[in-house]
Amino acid sequence: MLSETTHVTPYRTYMVVLITLLVLTSLTITVTWIDLSAFTVLSALLIASFKAGIVMKYFMHLKFESSLFKILVIMVLSIYILVIILLFFDYLFR
Amino acid sequence: MTAEISSHPERGYLENTGKRKGLMAWLTTTDHKRIGLMYLYAMMVFFLVGVVLGELMRLELFNPGQQFYGPQAYNGIFTIHGIIMIFTVVIPGLAVVYGNFVMPILIGAKDVAFPKLNLLSFYLYILGAAIAVSSQFMGSGPPDTGWTFYAPYSIQSQTNVVAAVFGAFVLGFSSILTGLNFIVTIHRLRAPGMTFFKMPLFPWSIYATAWVQVLATPIVGITLLMIIAERWFKIGFFDPSLGGDPILYQHLFWIYSHPAVYIMILPAMGVVTEIIPTFCQRRVFGYKAIAMSSLAIAGVGYFVWAHHMFTSGMSVTAQWVFSLLTFLVAVPSAIKVFNWVTTMYKGAIDIKPPFLFTLGFIFLFMIGGLTGLVQGALATNIHVHDTSFVVAHFHYIIFGGVGFAFFAGLHYWYPKMFGRMYNDTLAYVAFGFLFIGFNLLYFPQFIIGMMGMPRRYFDYLPQFTLGHQLSTIGGGILFIGLIVMLVNLFSRKGAKAASNPWGGRTFEWTIPSPPPVENFDIMPEMGKDDEPYDYE
Amino acid sequence: MIMSRDMEHRDDIGSRLGMWVFIFTELLLFGGLFLVYAVMRSKYSFEFHQAALHLNTFIGALNTVVLLISSATVAISITAVQKGNNKLAVRFLLITLICAGIFLINKYFEWGHKIRIGLYPGSDLMLTLNHGSVMFFSLYFFMTGLHMLHLIIGAVLLTVVTIKVQRLSINRDSYVLLENGGLYWHLVDLIWIFLFPLLYLIT
Repeated sequence: MLSETTHVTPYRTYMVVLITLLVLTSLTITVTWIDLSAFTVLSALLIASFKAGIVMKYFMHLKFESSLFKILVIMVLSIYILVIILLFFDYLFR
Repeated sequence: MTAEISSHPERGYLENTGKRKGLMAWLTTTDHKRIGLMYLYAMMVFFLVGVVLGELMRLELFNPGQQFYGPQAYNGIFTIHGIIMIFTVVIPGLAVVYGNFVMPILIGAKDVAFPKLNLLSFYLYILGAAIAVSSQFMGSGPPDTGWTFYAPYSIQSQTNVVAAVFGAFVLGFSSILTGLNFIVTIHRLRAPGMTFFKMPLFPWSIYATAWVQVLATPIVGITLLMIIAERWFKIGFFDPSLGGDPILYQHLFWIYSHPAVYIMILPAMGVVTEIIPTFCQRRVFGYKAIAMSSLAIAGVGYFVWAHHMFTSGMSVTAQWVFSLLTFLVAVPSAIKVFNWVTTMYKGAIDIKPPFLFTLGFIFLFMIGGLTGLVQGALATNIHVHDTSFVVAHFHYIIFGGVGFAFFAGLHYWYPKMFGRMYNDTLAYVAFGFLFIGFNLLYFPQFIIGMMGMPRRYFDYLPQFTLGHQLSTIGGGILFIGLIVMLVNLFSRKGAKAASNPWGGRTFEWTIPSPPPVENFDIMPEMGKDDEPYDYE
Repeated sequence: MIMSRDMEHRDDIGSRLGMWVFIFTELLLFGGLFLVYAVMRSKYSFEFHQAALHLNTFIGALNTVVLLISSATVAISITAVQKGNNKLAVRFLLITLICAGIFLINKYFEWGHKIRIGLYPGSDLMLTLNHGSVMFFSLYFFMTGLHMLHLIIGAVLLTVVTIKVQRLSINRDSYVLLENGGLYWHLVDLIWIFLFPLLYLIT
């Protein structure tokens, strides 16, 4: 069984993704200079999540793997987020 | 669902073929069956050590006051008893023995997805156990924190906490790699035509277990490293004088250790689900419900951890949220019990030893499960938390449940593993001692627990004496049962086993006992109309 | 009775699936630390803001850029191998490794500076600071330290892979080792993508 990733990602795609990531990084830095209290954290995390998403999608080839991989990634992230939420049922209500 | 049986050297995989001979052939093997056996032998040794430690506790507790040794020694004994039983016996448990030996055969595979990684898992297991046990013999004395290593005491105790904790970390790594291996095996190596919903139910339970191993263990891994970092570098996450929170340790610890109990019980339930159809000669009632309930238990089981912490000082909101979730997780377990019993109804029941142990499992697991609900309810939890009631509850589930299922599986697959039968009468006698001894050992602990007997206490008030004495006697009877069982299984003098001594319908009964090295002469397939349990 | 061929031993999808599952375990390992961070940050948000001023945002940003570039270069090397251009792949893998080296050198200066001025867990200075600051620096050292360890492991893996690409044992017909090494490297990058804003950008 030969390697199943017969899809070859063009060099150009990687360059575009890299530039996007660098732009988003400078965006993050700029955003955090503005004090929006809770929203500063939130927006930094959202941008980071988006960056993580395109790293997974393109650099890690998640876009071109079978849907099983995508389902598993979503499952793991969901479990983790639920754990944080449950944990904060303690810390937010003490 | 058939495969051809051809003639083979009598000892199959037990015969040394290949480059190495004798012991080295075993120590360098990548055959899942040999690895499964090595785990079995190692675990039996650790289990017996754990049993002896337990009996030592029972002897000391026979009367109030000091009998044989003092409180520091007692604390050390219950700590290492817990560490050995939890981390080296029941968490690896049925997964590493039967998951390794039988699961690949049940899905029609030659081996697991990553055989060399499998051997590495085994060596990490041995290494982790050795490091944990070394804590008993090094410099500052055996750890006395309990297997739960709660901060702040685990940070302050002058005993060998780091060795025990690091041993547990290495054992966790072994567990993660095993889980990873089993997930990929089940996804990629099922026989042609065997969709997920045509897979037997033991591999289903292993699949659910493997996800818990993979997703929960890293959390305790990092938590154990945090303990070491606190002791060595004063990072302070759990130290209020530095800004930390001891309850945070409990959260992190139980975020793994609750799912860990599902690592213990899910394969046990899977084994039971294989045994019942065979000895009732009926297909499993509610196949999909059992498969899905395995996933549901694994899933919901992630979100109930703080029911170990109701009295710790966490918020009231968290208390009732976790109590609610705890009641929810009981539902899929109950579904399984219902399906098992319904499978038996109007079946051609043959109470051979595997089935007898299975019946024992169902009875003891029910008691354990129902007493779990007592603890899941907030008001009653406060009354029984940190008492013998809790100790009795988890021994009913873990020993009565996981343990008896382990014995059931051993009596079920023994002919396949070793190519010989054992003595049925001795097996029944062993069961009798085990069952009676077990109940006499643990049931009184429910009662004295409700009366107020604290757990992990070296001494106690006079009104608990009768309960303790009955319990200790029960421990003695149980011990006899274990000896009888082991003598029976080790004697190897039984008749040669046929391929299918029990009339089972899954793949392992279509190959010789013991199986050849690569399991199947001709790789099996499942046709469109084939089913995993096609009895009449 | 159905006859069936023996299955071939090689399974690249299974191999990648195994690496993804391993990556999940690593994400959860760091996840435990992020949980501690979340709890401590919610408890000491002001002190965290103050303490983060001690971190050098420029070096942090530089490290972020360096890791992002290294992720791109390792991905590019896969395409190069797929196209049969092992020479190009080796070059891009070497760039990846150089980026790893730059990251480590930066970290050496960052940590070195803090340790020299006595700002590390358990130091005399640390024990005089307020609780929030102690928690911040403990998290800083633990998280970046664990990350650094994984970076070194990733770099070792990629070094082995680079040698194999150079020797042509990884080639256009068999390159799952390179893919898996790349996946592990991207994990190192992913963790830093979150560490950077949470530690450096909360001033």
